[in-house]
Amino acid sequence: MTARHHHVPPVIEFRSTALTYPGPPPVEAFKPCTLRVGRGDFVSVVGPSGSGKSTFLNIAGLLDAPTGGTYLLDGMDTGALKDAERTALRGRRIGFVFQSFHLLPHRTALENVILGMTYNGVPRTERAARARQTLVRVGLSGRLDALPTRLSGGERQRVAIARAVAGRPSLLLCDEPTGNLDTRNAESVLTLLEELHADGMTVLVITHDPAVAARGRRTITIRDGVLDEQGPGVAAS
Amino acid sequence: MSERLDEVPDASQRAGREAGGESAHPRPALQKRRFGRRMRRSRSAAVAPSTFDIRDLLSESLAGLLQRPARSALTAMGTVLGVGTFVAILGLTSTTSSQIDARFSVLTATEVNVEDVASDRNPYAGLAFPKDADRRIEALNGVKDAGVYWTVRLDEANSVRSSPASKEGERSTVVAASPGVLRAADPTMAQGRTFDAFHEEHAEQVAVIGAGLASRMGITTLETHPAIFIGDTPFTVIGIVADVERKANLLLSVVVPRSTGLALWGEPTDEPAKMLISTQIGAARQIAHEAPTALRPDHPEYLRSIPPPDPKTLRADVTSDLSQLFLLMAAVCLAIGAVGIANTTLVAVLERTGEIGLRRALGARGRHITLQFLAESAALGSWGGLFGTSLGTLTVLLVAVLRDWTPVIHPGTVAAAPLIGLCTGLLAGLYPALRASRVQPAEALRR
Ligand SMILES: Nc1ncnc2c1ncn2[C@@H]1O[C@H](COP(=O)(O)OP(=O)(O)OP(=O)(O)O)[C@@H](O)[C@H]1O
Ligand SMILES: [Mg+2]
Repeated sequence: MTARHHHVPPVIEFRSTALTYPGPPPVEAFKPCTLRVGRGDFVSVVGPSGSGKSTFLNIAGLLDAPTGGTYLLDGMDTGALKDAERTALRGRRIGFVFQSFHLLPHRTALENVILGMTYNGVPRTERAARARQTLVRVGLSGRLDALPTRLSGGERQRVAIARAVAGRPSLLLCDEPTGNLDTRNAESVLTLLEELHADGMTVLVITHDPAVAARGRRTITIRDGVLDEQGPGVAAS
Repeated sequence: MSERLDEVPDASQRAGREAGGESAHPRPALQKRRFGRRMRRSRSAAVAPSTFDIRDLLSESLAGLLQRPARSALTAMGTVLGVGTFVAILGLTSTTSSQIDARFSVLTATEVNVEDVASDRNPYAGLAFPKDADRRIEALNGVKDAGVYWTVRLDEANSVRSSPASKEGERSTVVAASPGVLRAADPTMAQGRTFDAFHEEHAEQVAVIGAGLASRMGITTLETHPAIFIGDTPFTVIGIVADVERKANLLLSVVVPRSTGLALWGEPTDEPAKMLISTQIGAARQIAHEAPTALRPDHPEYLRSIPPPDPKTLRADVTSDLSQLFLLMAAVCLAIGAVGIANTTLVAVLERTGEIGLRRALGARGRHITLQFLAESAALGSWGGLFGTSLGTLTVLLVAVLRDWTPVIHPGTVAAAPLIGLCTGLLAGLYPALRASRVQPAEALRR
């Protein structure tokens, strides 16, 4: 890669980024902070309930725009984009995994994964093959045509992860991916996330479980909307 | 669609603008954004837009409908009823009016009748028709033939017989008619001829009879100059009528010249005299208007003409009241159908908030969500329209078969009906679909 000589921008770069929900009363859910998440990182974000973890994920995932500061995704100033462009960027660069899976109940595992490639420019003819490939990759080769209701929690979450990564995003954002799972299923999902990280995916996992957080290479704590990191990379501004 | 309509700013972005001074850094952020917007045009190529082509739209909305087939079917029911009623009403209306058209032949349209109503006005007026009535009317523009006739009143002793000796008389009527009547009635002769001005002028004792009567009286040929007797008066049968186009009761009568009838039995008594006029096409109403004055310039009120019915008013009479009521009902059904679709789509939007949030997270734009829900409601409406059209057509066919009519449905009706369904669906889906596009992804995903 010639890019080695270039300056490779971090996947996530917060510059005094902040978000205040406009009440009344206004809630300073995410206080101004500076943060960089490099390509190929595996970051855990821990914090108690209501601390602002999901708010952070929404900013990073372009679901909410910061009310202060700047957010650069892959070096692109997201504040300068129109809504349509932010939407497109979200669809192409970011994969989401949610605590409640958000699988369409009437569609098979394969169809749910295909849905993940509908809006981000993957040609129709390639979608099924790529979805199948990805489902095999997450260990569900035998459950392609199963409806989500027939799958275990861990399998559902692995379908959701397959949906998130089938479009080859540069960032995988997981909000409490093991929150609804028992220990065994949680383990299979965490193992999968580690494997994806090993393949080069940038992974950001939000959790309130320290055991889950320990799986990341880097742990960020968030408390009352203030980010804090044990180790380098983050600084309150 | 305009940029503003389909792209709803994300919550906090909008909130920041609304919050004004209360927000953390509202002003600088706003100004920076505005500046950024101006610069953007050159940089926007950096992000390839979201994709969602027509095939994606169709397959996504179809999947949405097929997931809940029973609900989809029930939702479309209102449209089915509305469009079905619409097609059935228009079909039945055109079927019945074509039925009326068939009955309302050219013959009816070219016939004028004039009645002697003189006795109502003046008991001493006598026969209102002048002696030269036929000539006067036939002189009018557009008249083909005209003649005066009346039914002769006969007592028991004066019945129609084949010979003076036979006791049993035929109970057939005797009609005194001027020659024009037989011409205007447009007869088909089985044998012989009708009487003419000569017979009329000389009050000849000649008769024209119907084929049925002739065979009952044993008259098979006119070569022998057969006679019939009315009372004791002999009449030479000069013509046997096989059929007439107008005044079918002439077939059952013995028709004698008017002057002969007048001489033998006097003026009409119980039934007033009438005049039959056949006209050129389109002239009937004008002639009906002119006839009383032409006949009796001194006393036009002694005569009443009866023009042919106007086919348009005739059709309107039959169809207007009922069909307007039913069309109103069809409109009400359609409105109910639209409300049904709107309601179901709105419920679906609320139910599927999570799905909408997910789609937005996967890169769907607000307009993609709008299009998807709009396509679903449009498909429901079209399906209802198609099904309703078939039901309506079937109804028309069924009624026509039962009534032995020819079913007539205007092709425009059949073509327009599914479109009405489509429009109903689109209209009904508009509000829910726009609402769906306003769902905030972050909020929707929190569920
Ligand atoms: N739309 C909103 N408007 C106003 N306040 C909000 C909104 N969303 C979240 N908040 C507030 O912001 C704070 C942070 O919320 P957030 O959802 O980020 O917490 P969290 O760390 O994800 O919590 P949990 O672990 O329970 O999911 C909370 O105090 C919450 O009440
Ligand atoms: Mg949360």
